[in-house]
Amino acid sequence: MKSILQTFLLTELLGGLRLTFKNLFVRKVTLNYPEEKTPKSPRFRGLHAQRRYPNGEERCIACKLCEAVCPALAITIDSDVSEDGTRRTTRYDIDLFKCIYCGFCEEACPVDAIVETRIHEYHMENRGENIMTKEKLLAIGDRYEPMIAADKAADAPYR
Amino acid sequence: MAEIQNFTMNFGPQHPAAHGVLRLVLEMDGEVITKADPHVGLLHRGTEKLAESKPYNQSIGYMDRLDYVSMMCNEHGYVLAIEKLLNIDVPLRAQYIRVMFDEITRILNHLMWLGAHGLDIGAMTMFLYCFREREDLMDCYEAVSGTRMHATYYRPGGVYRDLPEQMPRHEYSKFRSRKDVDRLNENREGSLLDFIDAFADAFPGRVDEYETLLTDNRIWKQRTVNIGVVTPERAKALGFTGPMLRGSGVAWDLRKKQPYEVYAKLDFGIPVGTNGDCYDRYLVRVEELRQSAKIIKQCVAWLRENPGPVMVDDHKITPPERVEMKGDMESLIHHFKLFTEGYCVPEGESYAAVEHPKGEFGVYLVSDGANKPFRVKIRAPGFSHMAAMDEMVRGHMLADVVAVIGTMDVVFGEIDR
Repeated sequence: MKSILQTFLLTELLGGLRLTFKNLFVRKVTLNYPEEKTPKSPRFRGLHAQRRYPNGEERCIACKLCEAVCPALAITIDSDVSEDGTRRTTRYDIDLFKCIYCGFCEEACPVDAIVETRIHEYHMENRGENIMTKEKLLAIGDRYEPMIAADKAADAPYR
Repeated sequence: MAEIQNFTMNFGPQHPAAHGVLRLVLEMDGEVITKADPHVGLLHRGTEKLAESKPYNQSIGYMDRLDYVSMMCNEHGYVLAIEKLLNIDVPLRAQYIRVMFDEITRILNHLMWLGAHGLDIGAMTMFLYCFREREDLMDCYEAVSGTRMHATYYRPGGVYRDLPEQMPRHEYSKFRSRKDVDRLNENREGSLLDFIDAFADAFPGRVDEYETLLTDNRIWKQRTVNIGVVTPERAKALGFTGPMLRGSGVAWDLRKKQPYEVYAKLDFGIPVGTNGDCYDRYLVRVEELRQSAKIIKQCVAWLRENPGPVMVDDHKITPPERVEMKGDMESLIHHFKLFTEGYCVPEGESYAAVEHPKGEFGVYLVSDGANKPFRVKIRAPGFSHMAAMDEMVRGHMLADVVAVIGTMDVVFGEIDR
């Protein structure tokens, strides 16, 4: 008898509809994306950057650990002796199409030169722009150094 | 009189209900399926072969990309196999972290499944409800590993980093009042563990919401009850594992039957179905959501009490801490050695299986003593489920194929590998 009543009164369907109706008045969980963004952790692995020491000297010493550890073989490095007699990269390319953003390069780098930043909004318009050259990487590093330094400092106790 | 012929048609690979790149060749007699022939391989990336060409650790990231909705569980199977060969014991804290994230992954996977399965067979809004919770869990993933999906977080010997003491917070902006932002940040004031704890508390209520929408719903029942019935005997014979097997009434769960990590110490139940149809498998998975929340609660309680190392302290296998590496010559040597050559694994073979959200995910490793695996074989649960496609849909209508694909929880990343 009860089940017949339920069948004709559509109780379970109305229960579902009530939940839907209730959700009309619940606060929205969505964010207005370009204006607002979801929180990002200091560990976020986005676009790569190369850092410099505070005196402006490049950190990278071309030890090629990142090149060796990169699972996707996305990093290509050539090195030479620079004018001041130090070992430097003459070429440091990251192919963003090959990169799988695993973060191993950052983990491997003994001088914190290559880092992955919290930048995740970037695009390419022409063929070849997917190759991050040394100049591009350093420019990103220079531009966002305060942010990168803060993120790395926040994560340092865990590494 | 014209001869009546069966009609052969392609279901997929670009069909939205085919869950990615499944190409199903269906032989139809009117609306009824007389034969279903799944064609796989469109997402084949050669992960096994790829893993054989790299030092052990470098393939962890590729394991994430196998079943791309249950990332950390794939990693878990892989690192367990390596640990077995290396014969090392993982610190207890790392084991708890792994179990906690395995269960978070299970919830992530089942929510994705519930949303997509609902969407496939007409319950459109389920997707939105499920993604509301998924977002929180993705934030946990990001807080701990730095990415929302492809974590690369587990390592042979533990996990990469300890859980962060601070959860990332929403920033103030002119598009939202400060009070509103503070409300959004309510759960984020404390550590990651506080956030996960609050989630695990609230989650059963959310599952109730899903159940209100689906469990008794007559339309949902019409689409799932008695569709794709598999008897327990056939389920075993076909090599089913996970919820597919439990839905048929076989209480088989690797977390109970051969406990790995700390599952033996945790209190949880394994739900079992009775009829082996799509509806029972739905019920099993929904109950698993609740059980996972229960396991997460227990792990959080333990992790709060017991700080400690999360990595084995053997620098032949795991890299030293960065402070050490920068100050100590020997540590620096270990660091360089590990990130170039990796570590050599003793000769032998091992098979490690985890209870993946979809079933038994196993990794079989053969080592010849080098720094790369000689052979990696991945046992993907979805593959054997997919093989039963023909048996499950034969005699059903075309629309039921969608329900059966949904109930199998197929993800082509792992089936095609």
